Amino acid sequence: METTPFILPFTIGLLFISCFLVIIIGIWISSLSRIDKSRIIHSILTKKSWFAIREIVMESLLHRKIFRKNPVLGYMHMSLAFGWFLLIVVGHIEACNHYQTFSVPAYMAIFMRYFVTEPSTTLSGKILSASMDLLLLFVLSGVVLAYYKRANSRLFGMKKTTQLKLGDRIALISLWLIFPLRFLAESVSAGIHHNGSIISHPTGELLASIFPVHSFEMPLWWAYSGALGLFFFALPVSRYMHIPVEVVLIFLRNYGIKVQKRIGGYSRIQVYSCSRCGICLDSCQMSHAAIKDTQSVYILKHIRNKNLTDEKLFNCLLCGRCQPDCPVGLELNNLRITQRIESTKEYNSSYEYLKNGKIAVSPQTEVIYFAGCMTHLTPAIIKSVKEIFAVAGVKYWFMDEEKTACCGRPLMQVGQYEAAKKLIEHNRMQILSSGVKKIVVSCPICYKVFNEDYALPGIRVMHHSEYLLELMADKRLPINKLPLRVVYHDPCELGRGSSIYHQPRLLLDEYVELIPIKNEKKTALCCGGSLANIKIQMNERNQIRDTALDEYLAYQPDLLATACPLCKKTFTKSNKLPIHDIAEIVYMAILNKMDIEINISTQIEKANADKNLRF
Amino acid sequence: MKNFGYSIIKQRTIDYDQFDGRLLNEVLEMEPSFKVCLSCGGCTATCSAGDLVSFNVRRMNLLLRRGETIELESEIQKCMLCGKCMLVCPRGINLRNVIMLIKKSIAKYKPINS
Ligand code: SF4
Ligand code: SF4
Ligand code: SF4
Ligand code: SF4
Repeated sequence: METTPFILPFTIGLLFISCFLVIIIGIWISSLSRIDKSRIIHSILTKKSWFAIREIVMESLLHRKIFRKNPVLGYMHMSLAFGWFLLIVVGHIEACNHYQTFSVPAYMAIFMRYFVTEPSTTLSGKILSASMDLLLLFVLSGVVLAYYKRANSRLFGMKKTTQLKLGDRIALISLWLIFPLRFLAESVSAGIHHNGSIISHPTGELLASIFPVHSFEMPLWWAYSGALGLFFFALPVSRYMHIPVEVVLIFLRNYGIKVQKRIGGYSRIQVYSCSRCGICLDSCQMSHAAIKDTQSVYILKHIRNKNLTDEKLFNCLLCGRCQPDCPVGLELNNLRITQRIESTKEYNSSYEYLKNGKIAVSPQTEVIYFAGCMTHLTPAIIKSVKEIFAVAGVKYWFMDEEKTACCGRPLMQVGQYEAAKKLIEHNRMQILSSGVKKIVVSCPICYKVFNEDYALPGIRVMHHSEYLLELMADKRLPINKLPLRVVYHDPCELGRGSSIYHQPRLLLDEYVELIPIKNEKKTALCCGGSLANIKIQMNERNQIRDTALDEYLAYQPDLLATACPLCKKTFTKSNKLPIHDIAEIVYMAILNKMDIEINISTQIEKANADKNLRF
Repeated sequence: MKNFGYSIIKQRTIDYDQFDGRLLNEVLEMEPSFKVCLSCGGCTATCSAGDLVSFNVRRMNLLLRRGETIELESEIQKCMLCGKCMLVCPRGINLRNVIMLIKKSIAKYKPINS
């Protein structure tokens, strides 16, 4: 087969990138834990691999998730990824067809229009070269959109686009040049030899009639090959590493591998899989407080570039709003927590003083009630829960009525897992020694940690919204629908954090009129009060809170319901509308039903005015 | 030190020639909101750790400002980071960050012979 010197930049680049990828992915996979490795070995020949391949086609090639978010952006990604993929595949088929063999070297397929000077005579050859022309046009349409996106990103429904560093810039420019150069080179060759297909033929003839195309042919093919080679060399230091790494990620994820509490091969694969599409920027409410450089895309970039500072790492609410939007499906919260563990691992407290304290043992009761630190700052919630329990005749032990250790979750959110374990063990012993089968908590932060990190065999952890719903279903609570229009605010730790979306709504439906809103459940807003962010300032929190409240106020609710003492405390400070926990609303409705002379509106006013209740 | 004729309890003196304000300066630079603490004690009154052990957030501030790094180090370990102090603080001070900053930096500034 023929060859020519201009294939060198491409061939060397391809060799380089292939070796590089094999080595780096090999290193990552070999650093997985033994359990993860056995997961791979046991899944590789199962249908999980098939699911992974299907996902790769749907997401890495067709970009279905980006399509759903924004069709123009989706088309751009799809034309580049799927179009290029087809160019490679169909190009190979075309070359094999022409040379009548089953394998040709890569450069033969890529530069075939240079080597083949006669027009294709067979029908299959004609169809193949026409499809190649159309595919190139398809990819070029994506490139044009990409140019346009850099210049003006509003068309793509995104407010901001990410900043570039040198490696990215080289890769981006070479990527932008590859396809126009290919088009020109192929057209010029077609013009010289009077061959080509439906698009390259007329373009070639046109170019040949205007320019001295003979002197352009070699430079164009060199430039095309050079752009390809440059792209391959820039790939490892550019964001386009996500193209090969995402494929590995999808396989590993389908095999059941998850981000661990330490930095390892899989967390690196996740970091490198970020395409810096910037979709996560749009869902982040911190931009409402003009915090614009600590969103997930930047954190992942800093992890990759090894220049992540604590100021950025800890400036995130861990609200998880960006996570469902990420088209690559990265575990953004876990990645951040892993990084926080690493950053704070030198100074976990040991809480020796807990060992001296007596462990309180409960009398035999039906349930344990654990209010949590935050709920102690909103006594109206505790009062309501106590009163409801009295009405329903629930026998309970109020575990943290006087004093107890924090649940440990606030420590975990800032990465202090070792310290949190000490608090968890302390509380866990008390819970286990009580012999109770149910623990009811008022705070979603406690709820999440009790559920996920306290090993409590045989004990059911329930948020009070779940428990009250159960009491209601058992007819232990009177039902009384109040004529109030209510918006329900999903707390991050209860909603996205623990997937409790329906129970609070079912409960509220019985007692008030619930208004459906745009940003609820998975896309619910954060109140801005999250303990996970230790860098944010109070005025910035207030801005996030007020923007969220304004959105709720547009529905003109009589009151805002939530199921978290921290959300309540955060929102209450704004004085924009009455805020109540679900327990308070249920208690209010019961009081009203019980005909104790309480007028609902004065009750609401009272609750808001009464410093004691509000604190 | 100049003798003014007063008797001084040695342990409670702050010798400004030896005063080590590096930790304080670093904390104030990284978390400027801490500058406006008015020592109201709200944080201390609500503190979850203070319920269980003798621990006083306001005193931590005092130790920091006096440069008593060694004592501060053992005190600061007691905080459970629950966040109540931050919510009651009338000045909106980001106390959890103050605590994390001290925990992180304190090793750097401990006197070597301690
Ligand atoms: S984290 Fe996800 S959404 Fe954000 S830029 Fe990366 S790939 Fe896009
Ligand atoms: S978790 Fe929330 S605060 Fe953090 S980057 Fe994502 S959307 Fe923003
Ligand atoms: S509550 Fe705030 S202002 Fe008061 S002593 Fe504590 S930190 Fe200082
Ligand atoms: S965060 Fe620490 S200092 Fe503040 S209230 Fe909780 S235990 Fe006390």
